[in-house]
Amino acid sequence: MTRTVAASDYQVVIGLEVHAQLLTLTKIFCGCSTGFGGAPNSHVCPICLGLPGVLPALNARVVELAVKTGLALGCAIQPVSVFSRKNYFYPDLPKGYQISQYELPICLGGGLAITVDGREKFIRLTRIHMEEDAGKNLHDVAADGSSGVDLNRAGVPLLEIVSEPDLRSADEAVEYLKALRAILLALGVNDGNLEEGSFRCDANVSVMRKGATQYGTRAELKNMNSFRYLKQAVEYEVRRQVALVETGQPVVQETRLYDPARGETRSMRSKEEAHDYRYFPEPDLPPVRVGEALVARMRAEQPELPRARAARYQGSLGLSAQDAGVLVGDGGLADFFDAALSARGGGAEAAKKVANWLIGELSRLANETGLPPRAWKLTPARLAEVLGLLDAGTVNGAGAKLLVEELFRHGGDPAELVRRRGLAQVSDEGAIEAAVDAVLAASPAEVERHRSGKKDLTGFFVGQVMKALKGKGNPGVVNALLKKKLGGG
Amino acid sequence: MALTLDEVRRVAALARLKLSEEEERLFAEQLSAILDHVRELETLDVTGVPPMTHALAEGEAVALRPDALVPGLSPEEALGNAPAREGTCFKVPRIIE
Amino acid sequence: MTTANDAALTGLSLQAASLELQAGAISSRQLTEACLARIAATDGRVGAFLAVTGERALQQADRSDRRRAAGGALGPLDGVPLAVKDLFLTRGVPTTAGSRILEGFVPPYDATAVTRLEAAGAVLLGKLNLDEFAMGSSNEHSAYRPCRNPWDLTRTPGGSSGGSAAALSARQCFGTLGTDTGGSIRLPASFCGVVGLKPTYGRVSRYGVIAFASSLDQPGPLGRTTWDVAALLGAIAGPDPHDLTCAARPADDYLAALEGGARGLRIGVPREWFGGGLQPEVEARVREALTTYQRLGATLVEISLPHSRYGIAAYYLIATAEASANLARYDGVRFGLRAPGVRALQELYSESREQGFGAEPKRRIMLGTYALSAGYHDAYYLRAQKVRTLIRRDFDAAFGRCDVVAGPVAPGPAFKLGERTGDPLQMYLADIFTITCNLAALPGLSVPCGLARGLPVGLQLVGRPFDEATLLKAARALERELGPAPVPAALEAAP
Ligand SMILES: [Zn+2]
Repeated sequence: MTRTVAASDYQVVIGLEVHAQLLTLTKIFCGCSTGFGGAPNSHVCPICLGLPGVLPALNARVVELAVKTGLALGCAIQPVSVFSRKNYFYPDLPKGYQISQYELPICLGGGLAITVDGREKFIRLTRIHMEEDAGKNLHDVAADGSSGVDLNRAGVPLLEIVSEPDLRSADEAVEYLKALRAILLALGVNDGNLEEGSFRCDANVSVMRKGATQYGTRAELKNMNSFRYLKQAVEYEVRRQVALVETGQPVVQETRLYDPARGETRSMRSKEEAHDYRYFPEPDLPPVRVGEALVARMRAEQPELPRARAARYQGSLGLSAQDAGVLVGDGGLADFFDAALSARGGGAEAAKKVANWLIGELSRLANETGLPPRAWKLTPARLAEVLGLLDAGTVNGAGAKLLVEELFRHGGDPAELVRRRGLAQVSDEGAIEAAVDAVLAASPAEVERHRSGKKDLTGFFVGQVMKALKGKGNPGVVNALLKKKLGGG
Repeated sequence: MALTLDEVRRVAALARLKLSEEEERLFAEQLSAILDHVRELETLDVTGVPPMTHALAEGEAVALRPDALVPGLSPEEALGNAPAREGTCFKVPRIIE
Repeated sequence: MTTANDAALTGLSLQAASLELQAGAISSRQLTEACLARIAATDGRVGAFLAVTGERALQQADRSDRRRAAGGALGPLDGVPLAVKDLFLTRGVPTTAGSRILEGFVPPYDATAVTRLEAAGAVLLGKLNLDEFAMGSSNEHSAYRPCRNPWDLTRTPGGSSGGSAAALSARQCFGTLGTDTGGSIRLPASFCGVVGLKPTYGRVSRYGVIAFASSLDQPGPLGRTTWDVAALLGAIAGPDPHDLTCAARPADDYLAALEGGARGLRIGVPREWFGGGLQPEVEARVREALTTYQRLGATLVEISLPHSRYGIAAYYLIATAEASANLARYDGVRFGLRAPGVRALQELYSESREQGFGAEPKRRIMLGTYALSAGYHDAYYLRAQKVRTLIRRDFDAAFGRCDVVAGPVAPGPAFKLGERTGDPLQMYLADIFTITCNLAALPGLSVPCGLARGLPVGLQLVGRPFDEATLLKAARALERELGPAPVPAALEAAP
């Protein structure tokens, strides 16, 4: 209802600010671990505690990963960028300022393509900058209602990736976030975990009457830690703002927290000086200089990005758009696919088979165990060997499935496993004919019904024969012999 | 230029300083005097002059830190100077979001 | 109690004490005990120390003596008793920055400069008095006790490194470290008749030195002679991976260059540094020093530093802006003073900071916060940074025509305690000649050049970036002519 109003009379304008934790070993300004877990304040040192006298020592890897990301997103890498102090008081911010980049970020411009309803659209980026994460305030740690401060996360390196207000619907926002996440995953700079907050987004949302030339006042939405919540939060906020405008009330520029339980956004207690961060250049860090050598090195490290990869899968390998999308979509399936296909010798026919195994059986096992491909005991080369055994008729489909599961869980050599577990397919016509004869002899009634044409019981007989052969019968031979013996043409 | 008491209060709030009334009056007066002196900067034409934001000369090499783990403090050491603690957390009054 | 023998020992220069140690004529324990006795006898009146770590010092002295006995002495500082401004963090030894807000704070790590002194075998006697967070020019802003000038106990030793200069003048130790943000090493050195060097920004690591204004602060040595200062600088200077603003280039051999003399030196004399509020007796001593240089074969070049007069204004905007952020971490959460009985977070901040900070830090936090706040940032902070560029350009142009710039350190000799505490602007103007050197990130030095009304006067020398060697060489040439700075008599009178 209101949605209809929004769609017809109002233009929705959305920009996303994404905070992505960089996959470094140590924090941005000290040698403490970025690892999750551990007791509160067990990954800290004088620097990330903000003790008197400390200075930030910028992690070289953070700059590298920022450049790597910027190159992938088509940004202009800035030869000189500057860290600034963003000043505010909060218990999880040890120094009373966050070291971030303000006027001169490391990357400017760039963007990425998304596809919504089959239509491709380019979303521009404003900037990417490096900054430190804050710690964590823990509520109600003591009986008196006091809060606690854990600084293990303080100083973890983040990239803030800011889009232009180019997104025009909640669906576009979700697609953008998914596409960005896939790129960061492919680059290996971020783990893409929305739930744990290592990949999180804020949305600036406003509405304007269609045809208007000025953007409406925007609200900044926070706390959307899933794609679904992002969609719900934006849609709610659009309805809210449209309702305000329709009734002649002003939209207030403010930060609003999304409440997933209610599916609503609500205003955060605004602090009077919320917008006076008193930025100034961080005097403790000289300007960051990115030379051509570093850019060249990061360019050489660029992987094939998801959209290009999906296009290749659909083009030369002939996969469906859906299969290609699944393969490039998440956590390393595509790398596994490429490696297995290459081990199998390539080609469209092999590609289809490898894709089917990855999207079917292996995805099922991965979901069941929660293991990403790099943690599987099954390697791409071993999967290729299994497919070889299948193509050669050494095992049948059922055998291959057993083999793949066994290899997924425990690893090992497929050929050796076939021998040890007796999974070899029975193709010997004599042995199969004996089994067929025995089954037909034992089921005279069914044979009669089948032959009379009352009911096609081929499936029943195949099942019985396979059972007699302990599942290892060559399905082609079994079918052919049954057909001959039952006289079905 | 005279700094008003309201401005002094606004700045004190930003800086998280709870000033006494006497301090507010004193600072209004002293800061006004200092700001008057500082006004002489306005007589200079700084058009096209880049700000000197960093003191280390531009040509000096800067070595960034390699991404290698360095042993930090134990939670006990980290909390060694804490005015109040709960477990291994720094304890603060209830934070209202 | 102080014996005649002790007095003979504590009166030595660092160089002489070091030679005695190397000759085996005395032990580090003897030297250390003599210093501790001298501190015990005099510091009640001077107030140079905020903390004396006698036992720790004696353990270090004994280790040095054992090292030397085993043939493993480390260098000129091995076994020499020194002390550092209480702005340098010392692991396990309380560090206060002269502020109530850090009362009882025990650092879990050492400042790089402290680590280096200890690695050179030095004995650390304790922590020296200062203006709170190094904010001041008289040491009267110490939250614990004022420090007095050994030349006249009714006068200030200068600030903010007042204790670092007074302890040397009072013969309580052989060398000290201070920090200089707007003159905080050179002013007290001048007021107390010792040598003080503010190195080029980035020559000495700031890691573990409590920050006042990060783009201006620079740690540096004070000593009774130029040799002493050169030896101390050699020990603490050089790259530090903990401080990215510390230059990667290695330190020079300052002792090797020390005796090069003044012949051929081109000394720039800025016309803006003479006249105005400069007191005639001070100007006379400075002019005499310049004449001495001419006699030694140096040439004087009249130069102009036209933007010098804007230094104070630019400085007080930049320094306070940076300070307002640097002092935000004193919030009562992780260390330091927390106001008792607070129930809400905002009270925790504002009450703790109100109770913990003295008037001067509060004043500067207020000014800096104002200068950075919305609507004022460009007019104040940004403009000041541009003026800073102009000041640096003045020096760059001058150094095309001269090798060092020379002038007074301060308009007058040490002033009376309490004389300026009521008028912050007057206090700030004491830094008028020293501040441009910090703004331009250059090395500056104060060397005694005689007395005015019985009080020491310092000659200031400012050099090219990273050319501390020339400053020390030039100062040494004057020192050789004038002889050792006299011993202040005030302390020797009956207490
Ligand atoms: Zn750390």
